[in-house]
Amino acid sequence: MNAPAEKKLFRLVGTRPIRPDGIEKVTGKAIYGPDFVAPNMLQGAILRSPHPHARIRGIDTSKAEVLPGVKAIVTGADFPELDSAMVAGGEAPANIKYMARKCMATDKVVFDGHPVAAVAATSATIAEAAIQLIEVDYEVLPHVIDIEDALRPDAPILHDDLFTQGLPELPTTPSNAAMRVEVRRGDAARALSEAAAVFSGRFTLRPVHQGYIEPHACVASWHADGQAQIWCSTQGHFTVRALTAGILGMEIADIRVVPLEIGGGFGGKTTVYLEPVAVLLSRKAGRPVRLAMKRDDVFRATGPAPGAVIDIRLGAGADGTISGAEVEFKYTGGGFPGAHEVYAGLHCTMSYYNVPDAHIVGWNVLSNIPTVHAYRAPGAPQVNFAVESAMDELARRLGIDPIDIRLRNIARPGDTGGMGMPHGAIGYAETLEAAKAHPHYSAPLGPNQARGVACGSWGNYGGPSTAAVSVAEDGSILVTEGNPDIGGSRASMAIMAAETLGIAYEKVRVVVADTSSIGYSMGTGGSRTTFATGKAVIQAAEAVIAILRERAAKQWNVAAGEVQWGGGEAVHGDRRLSLGQIAAASGTTGGPISAQAAIDPHDYLPGFGVHICDTEVDRETGQVSIVRYTALQDVGRAIHADYVEGQIQGGAVQGIGWALNEAYVYNQAGLLDNPGFLDYRMPVASDMPMIDAVMIEVPNPAHPYGVKGVGETPIVPPLAAVANAVSGAIGIRMCDLPITPDRVYGLLLAAE
Amino acid sequence: MSSPAYHAPETIEQAVALLAGDTGARPLAGGTDIIVQMRSGRSAPSAIVDLKRIAGIGGVRPLPGGGFAIGATMPCTSLKDDAALAAAWPGVVEAANLIGSVQVRNRATLAGNLCNASPAADSVPALVAAGATCLVAGPHGERVVPVADIPAGPGRTSLAPGEFVVEIRLPPQAGADAYLRATPRTEMDIAVVGVGASLALNADGICTAARIAVGAVAPTVLLVGDAGAALVGTRLDAAALERMADAVRAACRPIDDKRGTAEYRTAMAGVLAGRVVKIALERAGSKA
Repeated sequence: MNAPAEKKLFRLVGTRPIRPDGIEKVTGKAIYGPDFVAPNMLQGAILRSPHPHARIRGIDTSKAEVLPGVKAIVTGADFPELDSAMVAGGEAPANIKYMARKCMATDKVVFDGHPVAAVAATSATIAEAAIQLIEVDYEVLPHVIDIEDALRPDAPILHDDLFTQGLPELPTTPSNAAMRVEVRRGDAARALSEAAAVFSGRFTLRPVHQGYIEPHACVASWHADGQAQIWCSTQGHFTVRALTAGILGMEIADIRVVPLEIGGGFGGKTTVYLEPVAVLLSRKAGRPVRLAMKRDDVFRATGPAPGAVIDIRLGAGADGTISGAEVEFKYTGGGFPGAHEVYAGLHCTMSYYNVPDAHIVGWNVLSNIPTVHAYRAPGAPQVNFAVESAMDELARRLGIDPIDIRLRNIARPGDTGGMGMPHGAIGYAETLEAAKAHPHYSAPLGPNQARGVACGSWGNYGGPSTAAVSVAEDGSILVTEGNPDIGGSRASMAIMAAETLGIAYEKVRVVVADTSSIGYSMGTGGSRTTFATGKAVIQAAEAVIAILRERAAKQWNVAAGEVQWGGGEAVHGDRRLSLGQIAAASGTTGGPISAQAAIDPHDYLPGFGVHICDTEVDRETGQVSIVRYTALQDVGRAIHADYVEGQIQGGAVQGIGWALNEAYVYNQAGLLDNPGFLDYRMPVASDMPMIDAVMIEVPNPAHPYGVKGVGETPIVPPLAAVANAVSGAIGIRMCDLPITPDRVYGLLLAAE
Repeated sequence: MSSPAYHAPETIEQAVALLAGDTGARPLAGGTDIIVQMRSGRSAPSAIVDLKRIAGIGGVRPLPGGGFAIGATMPCTSLKDDAALAAAWPGVVEAANLIGSVQVRNRATLAGNLCNASPAADSVPALVAAGATCLVAGPHGERVVPVADIPAGPGRTSLAPGEFVVEIRLPPQAGADAYLRATPRTEMDIAVVGVGASLALNADGICTAARIAVGAVAPTVLLVGDAGAALVGTRLDAAALERMADAVRAACRPIDDKRGTAEYRTAMAGVLAGRVVKIALERAGSKA
């Protein structure tokens, strides 16, 4: 189905109605993960490793067991033995053995905060006291945190049975390098040797956390018949079900997962940390059990995004045409293998430029930090920081405007781009042209100010989704989806359903159903939900329209094919039947009116953004201020315009935080030194200018309303946009993030 | 596993008796430090003595002959509402309103910021530069102590068992004051360095008195006498400011930690001292 070219064809798509979840949230009634209460519920607590790397010689729980009020204790010994096996879950398949180890250590702990035991008790205070009574006999091992240290020949090895995957031959000695991936096209070395200008550089980034405000929390209830129910906040309750079933050796249909409201996820809530532990505690105790993390647990033991070391050589001809690229990026993987950021990094490296000769290599390097996990465009911002910094340098050296050099190389419809995949209705060039024409790009700059520009892309995704549309007896509409609402999916689904049915937005109510109440839906991630689940909702609504036309035909005693649907009514000649009238008569025309769509679309298109950033540097203190910021993005077509702009603004702010201040800081003992929002410095509102979000609408023809995913792209450009601006302001290339005041001060001092 | 006892005395004498009678008891004003410490397990007092019900302890009182007494439970936000105080000691009021966030400052107090004894406390360099004192009540009666003498080291005060700060007293303003801090973020951050300055000028624009205090560069806030002395008798020209900044840097003995290196803290102390004196000078000049 082709999207109509004119936006004015839509009544509701692109408008800004009040969000369906807003009132519940602002009045404090919405039930988030830590709010849920089950009758007779016990409180759990988790004992976490105080060491970054240690062998567990034994765990003595006897003192905790006799503490009054303690009802169950779980250690790694209570988990089933698991072989390596891949289970579908999250945004990529996961190795179930490592998933289980991440939730609860068995023979070794591999990061500060790694769970070693859990307790359920009649109060949180008793549970906390009980875990202090558990004695763990640790053999402390040497630890390693940083990528380059982890690759040294004498580095402590995290897993004796881990051999680097992706080499021509499987090595015979274990390594912390879990995986090597590679793309080779043409002859990059030759192309670079013939380039008019070549930039070579090394870029580094620290791991950063997703920083969701709501800590992980769940309640699990084991039933005497061997089934279990879980209430939790998650981006993918079907993922929670699959991983919990896999870890505990249960049938998938024996677990029912109820998604609660979610207080931020950004990719970090597409896995399990607590749920299998809570189910085991509940099985032992015979009562529901709550497990909830504190803030320092979240920082110490849940997925940061990978830090990175990236070497890049990028060459261009005198006119700015990129001739060749060599990129080798090493990403932190954390305590266990399986991080898929290296794949995304590989696919995102220069994906939006035409680069015929390229050699790109990626490594997943383990060390004694938590296993990294998805964070908004996982794997893309890191390598993109290096690529867009290199582009900035080439533009400067060749004397070409930064947007012009990008326009010269940008993939256009029909090009295969850096990934060698054909691109359809992409709006990359339109977005760059809009950036160039934006008043910001030509606005004058003040003293110590400079402007940076960077692009970024995210491939987006489609994937399996189920949705149902039901007509209530009075003609109001219920939409049931299986995707937790992290970025406005309820509002978007209501708009698309109402648009399709030809009725008012307020006539549609949307619920996110539990795993036993709707068919399988892949988690909310990959910027896929408005696209894929939206398509399912539209299909189900169209099926409902077909039923409504049949029912009206029955009432009028005409052929269904003669009945039209328009303006929320069945139409036959000058006769009309409203949705409410058809619903009211449904008892005599064939019963309930409802339809479901279960689909797996893969005709998604990537997102693309161009960010313009003005910074001012205080040369005495090294302090960087963001004085103006404009983010332009090809959004396909906005369904709920506020939400789309909000996604662009939020992604930009998270990227700016990554650029300026956010970083995991480990001390000499290998312990996380900043496990809280005071010293893990996400931006606060007063740090930010208004982020001017500009939507460029180049619709995806494969979606009835033109949707392209929008949520992840906006975190990709800011790292380089900020770094390019600071580099311009002080004349020193910013190769290392975060660009903290003391770092800038030190660079300025050294340059004097 | 037991919760601390909670007391809400209505007189200073009752509060002193409660604090003196239980060595594990801690006074509570805004609670923005102690409650966080209790929740994180860093502090486990046996009793909380809430000072907020003591009559007259929650406001600002003008002192005879000029100056102000700020009650121990007066929230930082409310300091801004006292026009006379904010006009006389803008540096102190601004410093108090850099602590934490708006929500924190609606509870947090100057006395609490002082007695938490963080070397990085924002209000303390401003108070020390201002020459503030505090009225301390205890089992042996009341005494008046310079603010600078209250912190004894990170997390420790010189207060004896049973003693607590009843009010903070600012002298009459003879010139002007200012406070600046360096933080990576604009708000909700801990000072990497904080510098308070208080100046007085004569009619000819000659500096007659100057006090410079620096936070987060030593175990306690430093009053840098040499820095003030470098300004007295000058017109606060560039050379004088440079000598003052040299004195500030020379006095610094910071630690390296996650919030800043020793080198950066020392350098920033000099930079901020120069800037904060200029602000105070401008304020003093506009009054003259």
